[in-house]
Amino acid sequence: MGTRLDVPTAGRAPGVAAPVIHLLEGPLSAAITRDEVAHLARLARLAVTDAELDVFAGQLDVILGSVARVGEVAADDIPPTSHAVPLENVYRPDELRPGLSQEQALSGAPASEDGRFRVPQILGEEA
Amino acid sequence: MTASLVDFDDVVERYDPMLGLEVHVELNTNTKMFCGCPTGFGAEPNTQVCPTCLGLPGSLPVVNRAAVESAMRIGLALNCSIAPWGRFARKNYFYPDMPKNFQTSQYDEPIAVDGWLDVTLDDGEIFRVEIERAHMEEDTGKSLHVGGATGRIHGAEYSLLDYNRAGVPLIEIVTKMIPGTRERAPEVARAYVTALRDLIKSLGVSDVRMDQGSMRCDVNLSLSPRGSGILGTRSETKNVNSLRSVERAVRYEMCRHAAVLDAGEKIVQETRHFQEDTATTRSGRVKETSEDYRYFPEPDLVPIAPSAEWVEELRGTLPELPWARRARLQAEWGLSDEELRDLVNAGALDLIEATVAAGAPAGEARSWWVAYLAQQANAREVTLDALPITPAQVARVIALVAGGELNNKLARQVVDGVLAGEGEPDAVVEARGLKVVSDDGALIAAVDEALAAQPDVAQKIRDGKVAAAGAIVGAVMKATKGQADAKRVRELIIERCG
Ligand SMILES: [Zn+2]
Repeated sequence: MGTRLDVPTAGRAPGVAAPVIHLLEGPLSAAITRDEVAHLARLARLAVTDAELDVFAGQLDVILGSVARVGEVAADDIPPTSHAVPLENVYRPDELRPGLSQEQALSGAPASEDGRFRVPQILGEEA
Repeated sequence: MTASLVDFDDVVERYDPMLGLEVHVELNTNTKMFCGCPTGFGAEPNTQVCPTCLGLPGSLPVVNRAAVESAMRIGLALNCSIAPWGRFARKNYFYPDMPKNFQTSQYDEPIAVDGWLDVTLDDGEIFRVEIERAHMEEDTGKSLHVGGATGRIHGAEYSLLDYNRAGVPLIEIVTKMIPGTRERAPEVARAYVTALRDLIKSLGVSDVRMDQGSMRCDVNLSLSPRGSGILGTRSETKNVNSLRSVERAVRYEMCRHAAVLDAGEKIVQETRHFQEDTATTRSGRVKETSEDYRYFPEPDLVPIAPSAEWVEELRGTLPELPWARRARLQAEWGLSDEELRDLVNAGALDLIEATVAAGAPAGEARSWWVAYLAQQANAREVTLDALPITPAQVARVIALVAGGELNNKLARQVVDGVLAGEGEPDAVVEARGLKVVSDDGALIAAVDEALAAQPDVAQKIRDGKVAAAGAIVGAVMKATKGQADAKRVRELIIERCG
């Protein structure tokens, strides 16, 4: 396997967390495979042609390689971080704030019906 | 597809069930988890939304402090440890019920971990369910599938989305695998969800209405051959939305798993949906690939790091928990275990306590709620607390009986009037003219008439057979349409025959 992009979760017992993905921990020289690109495209509901798989695999490889260079400067005494600013506990009070009207909410929608966003049929999954 | 099911008794003879329960609870905060939109149920579609919960570019989430406090109180009440530090994560998926294309959830850093909940089974046995975690997340929007026969996704031509619910704070409570339930697995599952519902209700942090979706349960189940200790493949049944369904879903899955295993086939690891009408489950997501949510820490939200002081302050706000309260009421009202359990199962505890608080003696309050009012609730097919009568009104009726203004028969008519929407008990008494007749003049006339009508009975009474007076009392009560004071009538009969 190449750089860890996907973390299957269906196999875990309830409550047992799979590891959070850490792109930066991936091996520097890893190459992303066509299969991995196809898998990601499927998750993103993108139709990708065979030719595009090769193009994107190459491009993603470059991107991941560039990001992975951060790993070269990360030393043992620098803990991984997810936030740029050392802040904690930022909350708002449980008070209503004015939002959007239905008309405003739907104004950017390509299609709407009965006050709702209209989207194409959803296949293969059920919430 | 395995069509047949194995008989339940046969299943427990040969297999051990392993149970896991995931319960989602919608918090009753004023606003959503990450924005100031209202959370009320039933508003016009897309009228409780803003750029943040619609996932519009440039919007930023901010955590609702009250939701975090509710989550910690739930965790503390479940005997969990509160994590001193934790982040939200993005659960990425492409499905239009979240306009952001991800759900913000706690993932590997839940706010509460490692607790337990003691649940009472039908025979009074206490069963301890270990809690793995309770974590915060946000609810999704509601999809309406248009076209196709069933309103389900398959066959739908398009879907309509309402995002009023998107972003409403949710707490997901996950048990550890529950071993050793054997034939009681269905019962344990129901008892656990019941106990959890009562606990959360007592905390006042959610409406916990399964019928309205503010509490939802997923049932995980696997079987292993009796005594083998080998963990079987599990199925996850969603959509289990009543206490009875929790029990039925566990039972059905046990029988289905056994049939699959007996046939030498493998259980498919999948999400299934509970079918309320048939009490069966059907396959939901059958995926050739595993789910892949590509979790990563949410960069737009800073970590949650509750101080020890904050946690202790919240611990101090925990109310008397349901089981402690039950033990107290049992002692105060002098109930046997069985009597207590009947009251709890009937959902009468709160109502009786409130009736007692309104001044009624416990014995009478209990008797009204579990007898006459329970019958009325059954007849209307509603729960006791849905009857249109308040504990204060019941207490007033009890007081009128105690004061001699009503007898039991009249009291039931007053209650009928209140249930029929005729107003307060006193107004019903007035309007229906239901006061006990204790005016001697009117009663004496009725007694004399009844004695004259049954001379042989009258003679027996005169001969000292006082028991015979019952027939005359009955006649007088009938003549006065039940409004006579029976005790006074009896006294008058003896007087008149003396
Ligand atoms: Zn909002």
